[in-house]
Amino acid sequence: MTLHPTVGTLDSAASLLDRQRQPVLDIQDLSISFFTRAIEIPAVMSFSCTVMPGEAVGLVGESGCGKSTVALGIMRDLGVNGRITGGQILFKGRDLATLSESELRQIRGSEIAMIYQEPMASLNPAMTVGRQLMEVPMIHQGATAAEARARALEVVTDVRLPDPERILKSYPHQLSGGQQQRIVIAMALMSRPALLILDEPTTALDVTVEAAVVQLVKDLGRKYGTSMLFISHNLGLVQEVCDRLCVMYSGEAVERGRVAEVFEHMRHPYTQALFRAIPLPGADKNARPLKAIPGNFPLPHERPPGCNFGPRCDYFQKGRCDARDVPMFDVPTAERHDTRCLRFQEIDWEAPPDSAGLRDRREPGPVVLRMEDLKKYYEVGGGPFGGKARRVVKANETLSFEAREGETLAIVGESGCGKSTFAKVLMGLETATSGRITLFNDSIEATPIEDRDPKTVAQVQMVFQNPFDTLNPSMTVGRQIVRALEIFRVGASDADRRDRMLKLLDLVKLPRAFANRMPRQLSGGQKQRVGIARAFAGGAKVVIADEPVSALDVSVQAAVTDLLMDIQREEGTTLLFISHDLSIVRYLSDRVLVMYLGHVVEIGTTEQVFAPPYHPYTEALLSAVPIADPNVKKTHIVLEGEIPSAMNPPPGCPFQTRCRWKSEVPGNLCETVVPPMRTLAPGHQFKCHLPEDALARMQPVIRLAAE
Amino acid sequence: MLTFFARRLLAMVVTALCLTFVVFWLTNLAPNLEKIAKTEAGARITDAEVESWLDKNGFGGPILLRYGEWLGVLPGWTQVEEDGTVRGRCLTEGVDPAAPPRFCGILQGDWGHSRVFRTEVIEVIGRGLALTGKLMFWVMVVMVPGALLLGVLAGMREGSRTDRVLSTAAIATTATPEYVSGVVFIAVFTSSAVGLKWFNGSATSAMEDATFVNFTLPVLTIALYGMGYIARMTRASMAEVMTSQYIRTARLKGVSFPQVVIRHALRNALIAPFTVIMLQVPWLLTGVVIVETLFNYKGFGWTLVEAAGNNDIELLLGVSVVSVIVVLVTQLISDVGYAVLNPRIRLS
Repeated sequence: MTLHPTVGTLDSAASLLDRQRQPVLDIQDLSISFFTRAIEIPAVMSFSCTVMPGEAVGLVGESGCGKSTVALGIMRDLGVNGRITGGQILFKGRDLATLSESELRQIRGSEIAMIYQEPMASLNPAMTVGRQLMEVPMIHQGATAAEARARALEVVTDVRLPDPERILKSYPHQLSGGQQQRIVIAMALMSRPALLILDEPTTALDVTVEAAVVQLVKDLGRKYGTSMLFISHNLGLVQEVCDRLCVMYSGEAVERGRVAEVFEHMRHPYTQALFRAIPLPGADKNARPLKAIPGNFPLPHERPPGCNFGPRCDYFQKGRCDARDVPMFDVPTAERHDTRCLRFQEIDWEAPPDSAGLRDRREPGPVVLRMEDLKKYYEVGGGPFGGKARRVVKANETLSFEAREGETLAIVGESGCGKSTFAKVLMGLETATSGRITLFNDSIEATPIEDRDPKTVAQVQMVFQNPFDTLNPSMTVGRQIVRALEIFRVGASDADRRDRMLKLLDLVKLPRAFANRMPRQLSGGQKQRVGIARAFAGGAKVVIADEPVSALDVSVQAAVTDLLMDIQREEGTTLLFISHDLSIVRYLSDRVLVMYLGHVVEIGTTEQVFAPPYHPYTEALLSAVPIADPNVKKTHIVLEGEIPSAMNPPPGCPFQTRCRWKSEVPGNLCETVVPPMRTLAPGHQFKCHLPEDALARMQPVIRLAAE
Repeated sequence: MLTFFARRLLAMVVTALCLTFVVFWLTNLAPNLEKIAKTEAGARITDAEVESWLDKNGFGGPILLRYGEWLGVLPGWTQVEEDGTVRGRCLTEGVDPAAPPRFCGILQGDWGHSRVFRTEVIEVIGRGLALTGKLMFWVMVVMVPGALLLGVLAGMREGSRTDRVLSTAAIATTATPEYVSGVVFIAVFTSSAVGLKWFNGSATSAMEDATFVNFTLPVLTIALYGMGYIARMTRASMAEVMTSQYIRTARLKGVSFPQVVIRHALRNALIAPFTVIMLQVPWLLTGVVIVETLFNYKGFGWTLVEAAGNNDIELLLGVSVVSVIVVLVTQLISDVGYAVLNPRIRLS
């Protein structure tokens, strides 16, 4: 094997010209169905898509739209029940749909490689990383173990992992999530595939890690000349990675075209609705609220006649859109842009969304919740028989802030920053190590939840991240809400409580008939509404929403977010919104608190935090968030290294190991002294040693190009 | 790893102490002792005579004290007879009466005297264990590879015809206890009723010289019962591993199906059954009782039956000590083996 990177690039550059004419992947009218005993469920219907050499094509859609099925269809790995029922998948001119098992094996992993959503689950836990990597050239190129190892070392260096020798000897569980995903990427690149399929490769990762992985994928794609099929629900990521994209809805491609073209001049109502449902810079909960897509995704065997999007479409015309199946139309104004909409030439695409949702801004009331120097340490290790030395995990360090009535305070940070610990302490699931939490003049930091009186419990409630796991699967929706009312001792009689339960269902805009349904009969968004109803059952004053929409689809996210905002406006609730998604934070919060390794590194109003001067960590976070708007120019800041462990935090400033501004601070202040909280402007504080002149030089990370 | 080992050993000792005390207490309940007194000193003695006999023979003291003596951490009892000779727990034949050892219990290697076999307990148990060890060895040789093979073959393609056939067979063997399968085997393979006189119905001759003819049936009877159970476990574990994402990764890397099974699935699939196999060992001991009696093979199980049937306290205690040790040691092996097979535990 002579696979020197430089030779490889020259080779591919030379042969690029004559390969240019033929697409790497050409899917034509692909249909895939899953067969159960009783019925055939079509998952993908007459789907077409081409990927040219060196091109990155995005496949976008919500869960259940068939995008992953397309990927597995290309790999011909549809399981026992799945079958390709029509069309062709031409890969370099050969139809993958008709290849034999052994021919397929030669293509899998060598010419087409795949990168998966959950890196931990995709790596064999009982095999060293090195052996898993070496396997690929040993199967496909017949390489010897030594050659394969040399190649593995080279690729691991390419994916920018530190200490490749050690990495090759480790087992997957010894690596962090980001490192694992780099290994999965390395494995896919081992034999320089012509096509790389990425199935939501960063969904399980933190934003700053995601940014680094995305950057890596882009660089390597360019270096190796690999074509990519990038599957994602995140339009921002697609805009960063892809040249062209294909939007899918309910098993069909509804729009295809160049990324910039589709983002700015979309020609399908679903694409437009998607963009209106995600918080882009400029969206504002009062002036320019998000617009949720009404209705629900049709189930595969209950698709409407005619246009699948018809029942949820603003431009639907009865008798026309639902008359017959809609074919793909070529958009004449642009090259290689198609849409599956009958009316694409009649709709005024530039018309602004109807602004019926305008609301007044509500001024925050008096202080409801106050935290002073809250600390939470955990002790790990130690046991009745000695064993390991006891270590202290500093989950929260001197957390101080106050929250006012009717205010939304966002708590932002990546996994391990201590935001969940803080929520647990506030809820009373854990008690604080030191410091004070004052809720309406009561100190609650040392009272665990079982000792709190029902009133306090009802006042502080939580909306959880995953609505699928937080409802009791064997209790009706109504019963679960009534149960909450009983615990909060609300209502005089059963009839009274039932009445209140129905009112709560009205509040969260669920039909009253849902009271008798079981959680499994509800969609994700509906379950989350039940979770919200339960949280507000006792007239909660402070609600902690822990990533309440991150498990939901884009079109539902907007609706659930809006609902939370509406209830907050009516009830004057204080909302503590825990999230890692800065787009949604910017959209709905009044104030933002940024956490890193247990420290509050910055706190201020949303405007203050989102404009320079930033804390260096805030700056990196902002830069990492993918934004689905081609007009936005971002400064790329890729954080090197891993988030340090809270068990063994770095001395001095917690962020010093990854900070790009460190050289601006004189001496070794950053390594030795924890920065004090500095006040930059009224209400804007941060923890950083940077001198004033460095702060003054900070440029905004996100800039809107002149509109 | 060392601290893990040390902690496990400590826990084992504590468990062993508790378990042996419970057995000691149960075998030394008043009715049992009375029965001993009556067999030794005559069936028609009065209650008062029973009492005095028990006192004289060291059964009189409080239970904890006697447990300590038996264990060998308290000095053994001594008693001066009317004729001036000294009798005592430690004063058995062949011990110099002038300087008797103070302690004589399990810890000193003095396991007591078997009333049934009229010899030292340790000798009886040693003989039984050697014979049962031979039986268990062959059971394991037949059962474990067979069960793993069945399980892996059934689990690698869940729902296939191979899977259904093998699973049904596995359920059938597990559902047939030894006393049924043993009798059926004897009837089919040894009696003239069916006419297949392939094997011997008695394994007594196997004690000296085990051959295919005299040893197959007892081994098969025990192995079949355990085999179905382990095969079911392996199948479930294998089927789960085969649907996991890293198997898909391997498949889509271009690894062929046999290689996927052998290199990627097997090791992960064996982690769960390994524990089951080790837990199977003490469980097989109960099976041994039935099979050894059925085939007249005078091993450990047979010894246990004799001891229990004849109220032989010392022997019974010795048997239970061995059983407790077997259970605890297999547990330890299972934990250590689990850690070795599973890098997530080994390297955390």
